[in-house]
Amino acid sequence: MFVACARCELPPHAGTVLLTDISLSDPSILAARAATAARSGAGDARFRAIALGAALLVLLIFAGVIGALIVGSMPAFKAFGLSFVVTEAWSPSREIFGALGPITGTLITSVLAMAIALPVGVGIAVFLTELCPRLLRRPIGIAIELLAGIPSILYGIWGLFIFAPWFQQHVQMPVIDALADVPVLNTLFGGAPYGIGIFTAGLILSIMILPFISAVTRDVLEAVPGVLKEASYGLGSTQWEVMWKVALPFSRVGIVGGAMLALGRALGESMAVTFVIGNAHHIASSLFAPGTSISAAIANEFSEATSTLYISSLIYLGLVLYVITFVVLVGALLLLRSLEKKAGK
Amino acid sequence: MIANSTGLANSALYLRRRLANGLFVVLSLGAAVFGLVWLTFILYALMKEGFSALSPTLFTLSTPPPGMPGGLANAIVGSVMMSLGAVIVGTPIGLFAGTYLAEYARHGRLAFVVRFVNDILLSTPSIITGLFIYQIVVVRMGHFSGLAGMLALTVIVIPVVVRTTENMLLLVPNGLREAASALGAPQNFVIKSVTWKAARAGIITGVLLAVARISGETAPLLFTALNNNFMSTRILEPMASLPAVIFQYALSPYADWHTLAWGGALLITLTVLALSIVARLLENKRT
Repeated sequence: MFVACARCELPPHAGTVLLTDISLSDPSILAARAATAARSGAGDARFRAIALGAALLVLLIFAGVIGALIVGSMPAFKAFGLSFVVTEAWSPSREIFGALGPITGTLITSVLAMAIALPVGVGIAVFLTELCPRLLRRPIGIAIELLAGIPSILYGIWGLFIFAPWFQQHVQMPVIDALADVPVLNTLFGGAPYGIGIFTAGLILSIMILPFISAVTRDVLEAVPGVLKEASYGLGSTQWEVMWKVALPFSRVGIVGGAMLALGRALGESMAVTFVIGNAHHIASSLFAPGTSISAAIANEFSEATSTLYISSLIYLGLVLYVITFVVLVGALLLLRSLEKKAGK
Repeated sequence: MIANSTGLANSALYLRRRLANGLFVVLSLGAAVFGLVWLTFILYALMKEGFSALSPTLFTLSTPPPGMPGGLANAIVGSVMMSLGAVIVGTPIGLFAGTYLAEYARHGRLAFVVRFVNDILLSTPSIITGLFIYQIVVVRMGHFSGLAGMLALTVIVIPVVVRTTENMLLLVPNGLREAASALGAPQNFVIKSVTWKAARAGIITGVLLAVARISGETAPLLFTALNNNFMSTRILEPMASLPAVIFQYALSPYADWHTLAWGGALLITLTVLALSIVARLLENKRT
C-alpha cells in the first residue's frame, strides 16, 4: 500500500512524514483509499477482460477458419459429395472436379520430402551435438538455421530457374537412361526428363523442412543426460553405439513429434511446390512426371477460377488439406505435450 | 588355442564395430555437408541473379509491362504497408492473449485449449489462411483489397506473438511478481510494469520473427490483396506486394520480368536476414 500512499493518501503538507503520522482512521484518507482500490479494481477487471478477449479471439479465428472452409466448400460438396476425394478428373471447362490428383501429389511429395529430410536432418543434429569440433559447431548450426529463414518463394524461383534445369541435365537424363531396362524402376523413374515434376518438388520440400527436423532433434539430443552417454562410453561403446542404442532411443518421442510438425509444414507448403511441380492433375506412374499438390492447385488456379463451382471446389480442396494437416499436427502436438509433461515430472 | 580363437573373434568384432562407427561418422558428416551445399547453391544463385537486378530504378519505378523499364516501388510500398498494418493489429492481440495464458490462467482448462488451438494456427498452411480471409472479407466486400491482404497477414502474426509472449513471460521469475504484489500493486500494474518489462526483449524478438515470417508470405496474398500494377496506397483496393509480383513475374515468359523477380527475392531475403540477425542479437542481450 505504501506505493499507493505516495500518490494519493499523504496529506499535502511538505517535509518528512513519519508513517505514524498517517492516520488510518482519517475519513478523507479512508475515502481516498476506497477510491483507489475501486479504480484499480476496475482497471484490473478491465485488463483481465481484454486479455481474456484476446485469448478467445484466437479460438474464434480457428473456428472462423474451419467455418469459412466448410461454408465455402458447400456448393462443391453438394455437387460431388465425398466422392470428390477419390475422383481423378479435373476439368474446369466441363465443371467436373475431383481431388485425387492433388491429394496424391501432396502425399507423395511430402513422403518423399520426409524420406530425405528425416535421416539427413537427424544426421545433421547428431553431427552437431556429438561429432563436430567445438569451433565449427556454432557457424554450421547458424548456417543450417539460415536454410529455415529462406522465404519459401525463393525456394520456388530457385527451383524453377536454377535447380530444375540442372536436375534435368545432370540427374534425370542419366537416371532415366540407366534404369531404362530395369523393371518397376523404369516406370517409377521413366518418361521424359522435364526437370520439374513430383520428384523435384519433393526434393525441394525436403531442403525446406531439413532445418526444422535438425533443430528439434538437436534440442532433444542435447537434453539426453550426459551421465547416460558417459556410462555407455565407459563400457567401451563406440560413438555410433552410444547414439543408436542410448541417445536416440531416449529422444525418440521428441524426434517423432518434431518430424510430424515438419510433415505438417511439407503438406501445406504452397510456393516452393507450385513453381516446380508442373501443375498437372493427371496422376502419372513416374516420379519424374509433372503433377500437382493441393496447395499448388489452389495457388495456381484460384485467381483464374470464374465459376462458383470452380472456386468452391478449390476451397473444398483446401478443406481436405486442412483435415489432413490437422490430424498430423494434433498427433505431433500430443506427442510433444506428453514429452513436456514427462520432463516436468 | 582356445584363447587365441576368442582373441581372433574379438578382434574381428572390434574391427566390425570400428568400421560401423567410421561409416556413421562419415554419414553424419555427409548429412551436414548436404545441408550446407544446398544453402550455398541457393544463396549463390540469389546473389548472382539478384544483385544484377539491383539498381536505383528498382526502388523508384513501378512494375512495368514486359519490355519496358521498371522497378518494384509499388510492390515495396504495398508489402511494407500490409506487413506494418498486420503487425500493428496483430501484436496487441497476440500480446494480450499470451499474457492471459502466462499470467491469468496458466493451468486452466481454457488456457489448455487456447494454447493447443494457437499451436495449430501456428502451423496452419498459409494458403488456408488466404482462403479463410477470401471467404470472410473478399467475398463480403465483393473485391480484392490491401485490407484483406493485411488481415490475412495479421492472422499469421497473432499465433507467433502469442507463443513467444507466453514463453517469455513464463521465464520471468515468480519472485518479481510476488514482490510487486506484496507492495500492493494490482495485478494489471504488476503485469504492465514488472513482467512485461522483464520480458520486453523476448517479446520484441517474437514480433521481429513474426515480421520475418510474413514478409515472405505469398500464398495468403494471392487471392486477398491480389496485385496492382500501379502505385497505390489505398487500402480498400487491390494492392501490389513483393511476393505476389515475384510469383506473377517468375511464371511469365519475359526475361526482364524474371530479373525483377530475382531482385524482389533478394530484397525479401535480405529483409528476413536482417530481422533474424537483430532478433538474435536481442536474444543474446537477454541471456
